[in-house]
Amino acid sequence: MSTKVIMDSETISRAISRITNQILERNKGAAEIVVIGIRTRGIHIAERIVDQIEKLEGIRPPLGTLDITLYRDDFRRKSEWPKVQKTHIPFSVEDKNVILVDDVIYTGRTTRAAIEAIMDYGRPASIQLVAFVDRGHRELPIQADYVGSKIVTLQSETVEVHLEETDGKDEVVVVGK
Amino acid sequence: MVFKQKHILGLKELTAEEINLILDTAESMKEVSQRDVKKVPALRGVTVVNLFFEPSTRTRSSFEIAEKRLSADVLNFTPTQSSVVKGETLLDTARNLEAMGATVIVIRHAMSGAPWLLARELDSSIVNAGDGSHEHPSQALLDLFTVREVKKEIQGLKVVIVGDILHSRVARSNIWGFIKLGAEVRLVGPPTMMPQDVEKMDVKVYYSLEQALKGADVVIMLRIQMERQGSGLFPSLREYSRFYGLTRERLRLAKEDVMLMHPGPINRGVELSSEVADDVHSVILDQVTNGISVRMAMLYLVATGGGNA
Repeated sequence: MSTKVIMDSETISRAISRITNQILERNKGAAEIVVIGIRTRGIHIAERIVDQIEKLEGIRPPLGTLDITLYRDDFRRKSEWPKVQKTHIPFSVEDKNVILVDDVIYTGRTTRAAIEAIMDYGRPASIQLVAFVDRGHRELPIQADYVGSKIVTLQSETVEVHLEETDGKDEVVVVGK
Repeated sequence: MVFKQKHILGLKELTAEEINLILDTAESMKEVSQRDVKKVPALRGVTVVNLFFEPSTRTRSSFEIAEKRLSADVLNFTPTQSSVVKGETLLDTARNLEAMGATVIVIRHAMSGAPWLLARELDSSIVNAGDGSHEHPSQALLDLFTVREVKKEIQGLKVVIVGDILHSRVARSNIWGFIKLGAEVRLVGPPTMMPQDVEKMDVKVYYSLEQALKGADVVIMLRIQMERQGSGLFPSLREYSRFYGLTRERLRLAKEDVMLMHPGPINRGVELSSEVADDVHSVILDQVTNGISVRMAMLYLVATGGGNA
């Protein structure tokens, strides 16, 4: 089994700054933005983006957390079913620009489930996707609006985003089998 | 943790870990019930049959709402308008419903053990919605959920169950559930309404309501089944109420923040005085609300868990 580090703490921090600036530029500031992180690591990346927006704009956009388990399309195929966890979106998404944050985009099925979940909370003006790492192999026509790093991977490989909050250090690694 | 059970038949058969997983999942389901759009696609394509051979308002409606919130296809079976009146057996009825595509069968039956029979003979997942005087797992799970929601922790609580313990499926499931999660369970009622082997259940038995209530954190009042009046178990409703009815004065013997529960329907003035039923300690309507979340969790876990995935 081989492990290749493709982002370290410094490149992760730089990528978050770049994504934050792109979000602010596209949305002309933070006034109409709400940020929703997909469990688990998407939440921590979303928190960091919100912290940066607050530093730059003086406004802290509302931050929500989304668990997409109840929206997955593959429960009959799973041998290991994930535990349903909490979704916490304590604000209206109606007419807001929702910044949806995930750590890795792969097949696109998680994003599809997340979009469906958000639409159940109201009708946002737009949903924009932050995928911190885009590893390709899409099965659905879904693309991220903001990407930290786009990498070419084999399907047999896995991409792991390690974050200080959950793993004790910041790094992105590709694990080969 | 993956839920490995294909069926939910009773709390006696679930581990503390499995009970906690159901309660944790119910917390997420409660969030769904608080949204404007109270629906998720989790059980899209799953057919659930509600096979109720006994009258029920709360449990049946609660299961139906839970099923619909999970986007399942729901069939409500009414025995009086079915081939059961022509003499069809329970097993044949259930087999026919399974042949029509039922993935989950929710059954309530007057005969103890009926859900076990279906679980043994059918491929569908079976959820027990109350069998005879045996078990009522969804009621006990919603009671556990409601207590955990308020008290945060069930371990170490003093839980008093009052009434006809002998014939109560609610009491039996609650005893298993509260004991497994570490509570002290006190049973109180007339000696004629106490099971013979009750001491083997790791509970404390009282015949005085006042004594049992001292220092209680939770009081679960059972419904007096009016049809049992005259069967020799107690002389009169008035006498039962005098000794075992909960009044505001008696409730003061419990802890200040005691939770008062009842599975419904309430006989006001018999097991509970009306003022107590509507008291600030009463969480009876919270139990009804939480029943939907708990039943969503039960259905979701049996339909998607280790036994079916």
